[in-house]
Amino acid sequence: MKIKREHSLGRRIRKSTASYVMVLPFMACFVIFTVLPVLAAIALSFTNFNMLEAPTFAFIDNYTRLFQDDIFLIAFKNTMILAFLCGPLSYIFSFLMAWVINEMPKKLRVFMTIVFYAPSVSANVYFIWTYLFSGDSYGIVNAALLQLGIIREPVLWLTDPNYNMAIVIVVQLWLSLGISFLSFIAGFQGVDASQYEAGAIDGIKNRFQELWYITIPNMKSMMLFGAVMQIASSFSCGQVSQDLTGGYQSVNYSTMTMLNYITDYGSVRYEMGYACCIGVVLFILIVLSKKLIFRLLKW
Amino acid sequence: MATRRQKKQMEFAAPKKQQRSIGGTIMLALLLFLMGSFMAFPLIYAISSAFKPPEEFFLFPPPIFPNNPTGENFRQLGLVISNMWISFERYLFNSLFISLTSTLAYLLIATLAAYPLAKHEFPGKKTMNETITLALMFTPAITAIPQYIILANLHLVDNPLGVLLPTLASTTGVFLCVQYMEILPNAVLESGRIDGAGEGRIWWSIVMPNIKPVIFTMMIFQFQAVWNTTGANIIYNEAWKTLPAAMGQVATAGIARAGVGSAAAIILMIPPILVFVISQSNVMETMAHSGIKD
Repeated sequence: MKIKREHSLGRRIRKSTASYVMVLPFMACFVIFTVLPVLAAIALSFTNFNMLEAPTFAFIDNYTRLFQDDIFLIAFKNTMILAFLCGPLSYIFSFLMAWVINEMPKKLRVFMTIVFYAPSVSANVYFIWTYLFSGDSYGIVNAALLQLGIIREPVLWLTDPNYNMAIVIVVQLWLSLGISFLSFIAGFQGVDASQYEAGAIDGIKNRFQELWYITIPNMKSMMLFGAVMQIASSFSCGQVSQDLTGGYQSVNYSTMTMLNYITDYGSVRYEMGYACCIGVVLFILIVLSKKLIFRLLKW
Repeated sequence: MATRRQKKQMEFAAPKKQQRSIGGTIMLALLLFLMGSFMAFPLIYAISSAFKPPEEFFLFPPPIFPNNPTGENFRQLGLVISNMWISFERYLFNSLFISLTSTLAYLLIATLAAYPLAKHEFPGKKTMNETITLALMFTPAITAIPQYIILANLHLVDNPLGVLLPTLASTTGVFLCVQYMEILPNAVLESGRIDGAGEGRIWWSIVMPNIKPVIFTMMIFQFQAVWNTTGANIIYNEAWKTLPAAMGQVATAGIARAGVGSAAAIILMIPPILVFVISQSNVMETMAHSGIKD
């Protein structure tokens, strides 16, 4: 379907009827349930809206309010900690594990893929961590540390601001081997075997050099896809901190992320304008970080 | 992507990797074992908790495996659910119905849209592809509130369609599909056109059979995403609540319910894992061809 440049736009549109008909069902759903809501959220972020009365225009009040909101700054800081610590760690963990699994014999490989992928399959199995880190002596971690004599009394892992963020990070890592992990596994298997041969002739000595000089350059597109998915998911994490440590109800907001803050304003306080404003800021943060990271890595 | 010539060469040269040192293999196996334990331990603990009698949750030290394994938690779960307004079978039916319908519908409309987005030239194509890529970075949190307002205006609140339709707007699958279709050779499509096939026909009889691996991948992601959707804020009518929503009501925290909660979580994990295992080998093939190009 090569269309010559000299055709007018109207004519090109008419000639492409088939294409438009084909994209229509998906694009309709996409526009109605994703694009419109995003535009609406952007519009609402400039208003005061409580779901009962019609929104009133508030100009940039919500945005200026953000910068004076100390609690938002805590949420911002926690989101940044999670994004810049958990994000790269999850990414490296996914990559490393996909690589190690790929170095193993085939049967073990399939089994290990399932074991590593299983936690991210389920929406709520991470609740088991509340029993592992339970604040009384019936929690596995407390019990083990008590028996070893490392601690004298049970630690309130999930409520103590000294520990709860670390636990959220551990659980996020546990859940991180999802889409990007699968794409890495496939990427490793997709590298052309003849390149390894050529590499061996060129004097590559061990598997680490092989990984660095041959495998990674060949997996660029998978690594980019994984990075986009990882950036988006690390900035918008909050489900785990909400369910495990209380999120917007956590002690001193110690594990409250921007996502939790949106939930707080959106479904508890019904200040939709402000909630949407936080959402828009979060979205801008994700897009900017993606741009920045891709530029830094020269992708 | 290997060129045809490289492929030809590969057939003659037996593919052989760099010599592996035994020490290195042992080191990596050890690393895999350590990380595997970290990954598997909570899962094993969840499974063992599902078979623990309630009193064993109050032992010190807490046993990792139950001393007297019992199916009591599963019976309790069944009992609680059978005492709810509707039966377990109905919740299961609701969940399976929504997940399977959504997955099937999504596979159809997503591949149908991805074909022109990958292979046709038409005004607006670039904008559509860019918006889809941008939408990979949207978080549901931003869209949840306006989405609810839109659903309310469409009179889809408290209607299973209100859960189903928004799941059809997912962009990950379309994105993957476009990437995969771009590498399909144009010559195959052209030969179809010469034979007089319409675009719809080309999509169904030429494109679809050639993208089976990506269809399996999309199936996993879509089924898993929809299965885990509780729809709790859309559906209020008990008769249309999903299994995860019902289980969530039963298994809310509290150590006394730990066993029942674990049993619920284990049951909820089975369908997505089954879908994953069934399509696993196909996925691997797909992912090797996906990704963002420069």
